[in-house]
Amino acid sequence: MIEPYPLSRRSVLVQVAASFAFLATRPAFAEADETAQAIREFTGGAKITPGKVSIEVAPLVENGNSVALAVAVESPMTVDHHVKTIALFNEKNPQPQIARFHLSPRSGTSRVETRIRLATTQHITAIAQLSDGSFWSQEVEVIVTIAACTEE
Amino acid sequence: MANALLDLPKTARKGEVIKITTLVSHLMETGYRREISGAVIPRLIIHTFTCRYDGEEVFRAELFPAMAANPLIAFSTIATKSGPISFTWVDDAGITLTESVDLVVTD
Repeated sequence: MIEPYPLSRRSVLVQVAASFAFLATRPAFAEADETAQAIREFTGGAKITPGKVSIEVAPLVENGNSVALAVAVESPMTVDHHVKTIALFNEKNPQPQIARFHLSPRSGTSRVETRIRLATTQHITAIAQLSDGSFWSQEVEVIVTIAACTEE
Repeated sequence: MANALLDLPKTARKGEVIKITTLVSHLMETGYRREISGAVIPRLIIHTFTCRYDGEEVFRAELFPAMAANPLIAFSTIATKSGPISFTWVDDAGITLTESVDLVVTD
C-alpha cells in the first residue's frame, strides 16, 4: 500500500495562506533559493538573457501528475549556430531540476516536447545554452488545481 | 522497464527534418513518497535517454523526478542516410531498454 503525502485541512490552509503571502511579497524574476542554485550550477554563473526561448504549456492544469510542455529556441541549428542544451527548472517541487535536453546541429529544429510533474502552482524556467556559450531563458507560471503526489 | 512506443516516419527524403516521439512505460518513482509504515519508497526513475542515428548520438536527455510517469520525449533529427535509429533508456536500477528502428532515406 502506498500512502499519498499527508494532507490535513490545517496543512492545506497553512500552505494556501503561505503561498498567497509569498506571491504578495515575491519580487519580479526572483527564484526560490534551491532553484537559483540549480540554475547557477547549470550556467556556471554566466549571464542569462530573457528571450529566444519559448515554453508552450497550459496556463492552468487540472492534474499536476502529467503536464504537457514544449520548449523551443530561436536558432538556425547550423554547425556554427545551434542550441547545445535546454534545461528545465521548477520552483516548488521537492527538487528544482526537471530535465536537460542535449541537442546538436543534427537536430534540425530546437523544439522538444515532454510531460512533467508539478507539485503545486509555480513558475517553470527554461534555459537554453547556445553554441556560442550564451544563455537565454523564459519563465512561465502554471496554476495547478490538483497537485502531483497527492494521488496514488 | 517494459514497453516503448516510438512514432517516427519509416522513410524520409535526405535533409528532411523528422519528428520522433518516444514513450516508455515506467513508474518514475520520485523517492518522495512514503508507505503507510512511514518508510520512504526509494527513488527509481529513468535518468538517461539517448537517441543514436547510425551509431552517432543525435539527442540525449537527463531526467529528474519531476518528469511524469511513463516519460514522453519528442524531438527532431535530420534524415542524413538510411540506417538504424536506436533509443536507449537507463533507470536507477541499471536496467537498460534499447529499441531500434530502420529509417530509409531517399535522395
